[in-house]
Amino acid sequence: MPTTYAETYFPLLIQILIALAVAGGMIGASAFVGRKIKDRVKNSPYESGMEPVGNARERYSVKFYLVAMVFILFDIEAIFLYPWAVVYRELRLFGFFEMLLFIALVLCGFFYIWKKGVLDWSTEAHGEREQENKRVA
Amino acid sequence: MMISPYPVATIFGVLIVALTIAAGLIWLERRLLALWQDRYGPNRVGPFGLFQVMADMIKIFFKEDWIPPFADKTIFVIAPAIIMVTVLMSFAVLPIAPGIVVSDLNVGVLFILAMSSLGVYSVALAGWSSDNKYSLLGALRAAAQMLSYEVFMGLSIMGVVLLAGSFNLVQIIDAQRGLWFVIPQFLGFVLFLIAGVAETRRLPFDLPEAESELVAGFHSEYSGMKFGMFFVGEYLGITLISSLIAILFLGGWLGPILPPIVWFLLKTFLLICFFILLRASLPRPRFDQLMTWGWKVMLPLAVANLLVTGAIVVATAQGRSF
Repeated sequence: MPTTYAETYFPLLIQILIALAVAGGMIGASAFVGRKIKDRVKNSPYESGMEPVGNARERYSVKFYLVAMVFILFDIEAIFLYPWAVVYRELRLFGFFEMLLFIALVLCGFFYIWKKGVLDWSTEAHGEREQENKRVA
Repeated sequence: MMISPYPVATIFGVLIVALTIAAGLIWLERRLLALWQDRYGPNRVGPFGLFQVMADMIKIFFKEDWIPPFADKTIFVIAPAIIMVTVLMSFAVLPIAPGIVVSDLNVGVLFILAMSSLGVYSVALAGWSSDNKYSLLGALRAAAQMLSYEVFMGLSIMGVVLLAGSFNLVQIIDAQRGLWFVIPQFLGFVLFLIAGVAETRRLPFDLPEAESELVAGFHSEYSGMKFGMFFVGEYLGITLISSLIAILFLGGWLGPILPPIVWFLLKTFLLICFFILLRASLPRPRFDQLMTWGWKVMLPLAVANLLVTGAIVVATAQGRSF
């Protein structure tokens, strides 16, 4: 059983070096032995055989940004839970109720974004909700 | 500080076994799918078609290694390497048999979660740097899906960590001597399995590369060995998730009569076959269904599982029966 940080993490250093070598070797070998043919048509982005229209630097759905934001919130919540889970047996009832409070607060936010429709991905669901809101208003 | 040659031997052993299994899975998957679909599958090259793997490898190495002139070249080349390195790094903390582990980290579970988070960069960058619309859509889907299921994956393991009281995978296995965690943590097991499938982007959750709508998703523009690295990365991912499930929920190397390493490999192998069976039998959901399922079903269930487990652990704190 290793005791110092160096003893625990040194094998990881070796492992990352070997993993980098494996990945680099695969890319290098393939670039070295693979043949190369120049071709004008091949050098355009694949769009089902049609002439490409514009390029791919376009705007995309804002929902992906929402997912990113929601992810950060909940991943931080999860990160708070990790150390709690490890020392849980020492904390006992205190730890349980503290975490109950924490999760209850997080769930309030969760149900808020749920009701706001952040978690609805299909546009139909959004449309329905807007109509519903109009009716209520 | 003394550094023994022992870890180096273990590292090479683990990496060679992992890469061999991943390569073998290319053949195994095709044979098993064929079996379940009532056809032969690759059976021409060598005994049972086993040398198909070698033939495929040679072929893919000699394919044209094409870097699109319109792509962001540096990122395009780095992206497939990221997934290989992060997955191979995760294997470092897996305890394979008593005493056989590259690095017995006390934060093993966290390390694996961190590495699988880094894996998201690979697909996101690959799709973005390709400058192809299908790739971009695939990459966005992959990023959203992997990030979301990452959360549930972390939360579903917390029940196991509560019971074992440690992030160390060896201690988690030791804590299962009396009872495998799959029984007290059955919900956590199911949630982790689903999150694991989503995390490795396997069918039925392979929406980032859904061929019927996105051609090949984030790796549409990849060819040759760079494409092969995504492929091998996916199989390494399956091997990793299967061994992780075996360690966290099925007692890792624990088992009667047979030597520990055989038990570990056997459990991992059966889980891999289960992954392939999922591919053979389930249809693909729509992307909005996948995301809604994750946030509205998986997340509440994972939190509920955690709270119930916490309550039970407090209630039985004296007995330490788990």
